[in-house]
Amino acid sequence: MSVFGASIKRREDPALITGKGKYTDDLVRPGMCFAAIVRSPHAHARIMSIDTSEAATAPGVIAVFTGQDLVRGEAGGVVPTCWLLPNLVTPDHPILAKDLVRHVGDGVAVVVAENRYQAHDAAELVEVDYDPLDAVTDVVAALEPGAPQVHAEAEGNLAFDWDLGDKEKTEAAFSQAAHTVSVDLRNSRLIPHAVEPRGALAEWDDAKGELTVWVTSQNPHVHRLLMTLASIGLPEHKIRVIAPEVGGGFGSKIHHYPDEAIAAWCAMNTGRPVKWVATRSETNLTDAHGRDHASHAEMALDAEGRIIGLKVETKAAMGAYLSTFAPSVPTYLYGTLLSGQYDIPAIHVRTLGAFTHTTPVDAYRGAGRPEATFLIERIMDLGAAKMGLDPGDFRRKNFIAPDAFPYATQVALEYDSGNYGPALDRALEMVGYQALRDEQAERRKSGDGKLLGIGLSTFIEACGLAPSQVVGSLGAQAGLWESAKVRVHPTGTITVYSGSSGHGQGHETTFAQIVADRLAVDVDQVEVVQGDTREVQFGMGTYGSRSAAVGGSAISEAVDKVIAKGKKIAAHLLEASPDDIVFEDGAFHVQGVPAKTQAWGDVVLQAYLAHNYPDDLEPGLEETAFYNPANFTYPFGAHIAVVEIDRDTGHVELRQYACCDDVGNVINPMIVEGQVHGGLAQGIGQALWEEAVYDDYGQLLTGTLMDYALPRAHMLPSFDTDRTVTPCPHNPLGVKGVGEAGTIASPAAVTNAVVDALSTFGVEHLDMPLTSEKVWRAMNQSGNGQG
Amino acid sequence: MGHRIQIEVNGKRYEREVDARRLLVHFLREDLGLTGTNVGCETSLCGACTILVNGQSVKSCTQLAVQADGTSVTTIEGMADGQDLHPLQAAFRDNHGLQCGYCTPGMIMVAAGMLADNPAPTEQEIRQGLKGNVCRCTGYHNIVKSIADAAEQMNGKGGDS
Repeated sequence: MSVFGASIKRREDPALITGKGKYTDDLVRPGMCFAAIVRSPHAHARIMSIDTSEAATAPGVIAVFTGQDLVRGEAGGVVPTCWLLPNLVTPDHPILAKDLVRHVGDGVAVVVAENRYQAHDAAELVEVDYDPLDAVTDVVAALEPGAPQVHAEAEGNLAFDWDLGDKEKTEAAFSQAAHTVSVDLRNSRLIPHAVEPRGALAEWDDAKGELTVWVTSQNPHVHRLLMTLASIGLPEHKIRVIAPEVGGGFGSKIHHYPDEAIAAWCAMNTGRPVKWVATRSETNLTDAHGRDHASHAEMALDAEGRIIGLKVETKAAMGAYLSTFAPSVPTYLYGTLLSGQYDIPAIHVRTLGAFTHTTPVDAYRGAGRPEATFLIERIMDLGAAKMGLDPGDFRRKNFIAPDAFPYATQVALEYDSGNYGPALDRALEMVGYQALRDEQAERRKSGDGKLLGIGLSTFIEACGLAPSQVVGSLGAQAGLWESAKVRVHPTGTITVYSGSSGHGQGHETTFAQIVADRLAVDVDQVEVVQGDTREVQFGMGTYGSRSAAVGGSAISEAVDKVIAKGKKIAAHLLEASPDDIVFEDGAFHVQGVPAKTQAWGDVVLQAYLAHNYPDDLEPGLEETAFYNPANFTYPFGAHIAVVEIDRDTGHVELRQYACCDDVGNVINPMIVEGQVHGGLAQGIGQALWEEAVYDDYGQLLTGTLMDYALPRAHMLPSFDTDRTVTPCPHNPLGVKGVGEAGTIASPAAVTNAVVDALSTFGVEHLDMPLTSEKVWRAMNQSGNGQG
Repeated sequence: MGHRIQIEVNGKRYEREVDARRLLVHFLREDLGLTGTNVGCETSLCGACTILVNGQSVKSCTQLAVQADGTSVTTIEGMADGQDLHPLQAAFRDNHGLQCGYCTPGMIMVAAGMLADNPAPTEQEIRQGLKGNVCRCTGYHNIVKSIADAAEQMNGKGGDS
């Protein structure tokens, strides 16, 4: 069996199951001390004064810095946003606030002490005199006239006003509609909750003028670049960023936060290695949150139930500052997905980005695509109800036909491939759809038992971020290619240096599978290195389900170059033309003359000996590729949730969850299934339990795991997963990416199931999370009382 | 003011002076260098720091080191017998029961405590037993599978835990 497509066990695991994996907080450097950051307890306040004198003399304290004295010299001291929309307002985000604090958790000072207990003790002794000001935390309220202002330069708290699609064409479609449906919905604010808190360890080498920062990062080269350009100001080659083992990210470890820059400045100012690790409360106050949209959507239908238009207006919270990729999330990663799997001839979307006195909002698993999918899949159910059609039949009626690809949507994407019917058929078969509908009808008739609901979500995502020219034209201040270097050692073993930076995805295993498959070597002969800016050439990192599709393709292209060079060497040895050499089953031979062959190992050795060697060829066998994808990839699938609701308490139980995903070719099915499972839990978590809640004063009410309801094992069922395979046509591996599928599809599937169960109460929509209270009120306020 | 404690960790006896307020997890990680036990929330709510104290699973982030005076502690580093993985460790690998690995030591230790009490748990019993431990990567699906597999292996071998 080919190693590509095999569920081989992960090479990452032996260290991690024995406690030998080294995460940031596990690292110790000689003379290391600890930093604790003093954070604002107010959502909005003027800093009148900061008195550090008592803290400075507390036991073990080495130094105390405020925003006025942490950053030396001209450069540095702010964290930037890297996605610039037209007319985007970009207020500075200082790494420690100087005059104003803008959210609870905004840093105002930092204490460096011999150990973490002393640092936290002394942080309590820093006296900050605040003049509290009015705050606004709700995205709709923030855009209303008279709302408290987050930044003077952002009038009305508007960060941007963006739109996509053809407004006139869409209005014309609505004027011809036989039917319309509409919905006002919220996409709840979430906290990512990687189980490893964010942290950084910074070390300054004064003699060399070099800074090393170990940081919980999904993209160490991007962190380094932003440190050079904005927060630190040292030249790029004088900063080394290392992502050691990273305990989950889900987007939250993409962004450049003030904290790692604070640790670095503390190290440069004190000459000591400085470690900072967030407490869980700190992660909740400072890890970029996700989602937080308020939307109005309308869909126009013709008399037969075909969609003829869609218009959407969304207000998206940015929080107190623009985080690294924040402006892209509710715009290009959201509006572009609003065609879903459907042939919609006219679409217009407008998004208003608003500053609020809250933690910044940025990419969280799915990033824009779960929000789009939730909206389109919710309004699809409303459309089906309006037409009196089964939700599956209504979707099928509007699917883009399998022969219509490549399909240009009205919202700027060209779907390269797709075949949506078979995935839906399979998912319906997996749950036993007709039997469920019969059971539901029986329960409704008899009034016995719990309410039964069945929810569909047929979703698409654009991932494998992405064509650099395209994202550049859309405002990205970076290319989104990926790099790989394949180094063949003289004895034929291989080290791959990938610009991707895994943190749980199993890259060391799957990337080795790609190379082993192409070169027909044993997978154990291939080592994978990632996550260190000194070891690895510039790379863009891991997010947006891009590592297999973009990072893996880069590796494949570097292998192509290795093979091409190997052919030249083999041709010389075989006295043939390089054009006549083929590489098959781990050997080079002359096409049609299998006896004239050179083994892989002999060619590799000759590359390093260069004794019997082509005159015009450099010795060595090491190739680098920078792969710039031609398009996004377009994974899709059909997800079905089955819920039961207690009629007396409103408690929702997820009885069954089945999904059929199409992520293209699969390198390691075991890992792909694991990615789906984890994504599902996060999406189901949003649908049923999770929500970041602020009070009117800007206090985060869900600041601990007592209040923020993460999904736990007893709250979830085991999942039924399956796949169809429609390979990506434009990358060499045919893979599409799987990291976000579950999180994108499942909020809508679960919500649709709950609304389906409650449809006899006249309920058409409920916002997430679907808590018992919310469901009970929906049952009891509609006045029907039937079930 | 230091307190002298005697504690056995993974079969090795230690005598150390600790502050009264020093958390057991920091004693293990920083004083003994056993960094396999992770801290996720410092409030007993995520379970990443779960260890065994006298055979019972305990969250070491909310126990003081002085409270562990005179006890026998097992951490993730003490689970394998030389090169031979504990059946739970092997099952987590075989069943892809981990991704980022940060919650994994806690998951393995809570499962060890669970299987000591109930050597043949049902899926629901496993899920109930994991209530206090958070995983954000796996959706628990393969963790549950791993523990069921380990239970089977251990029972097949006569239930040594």
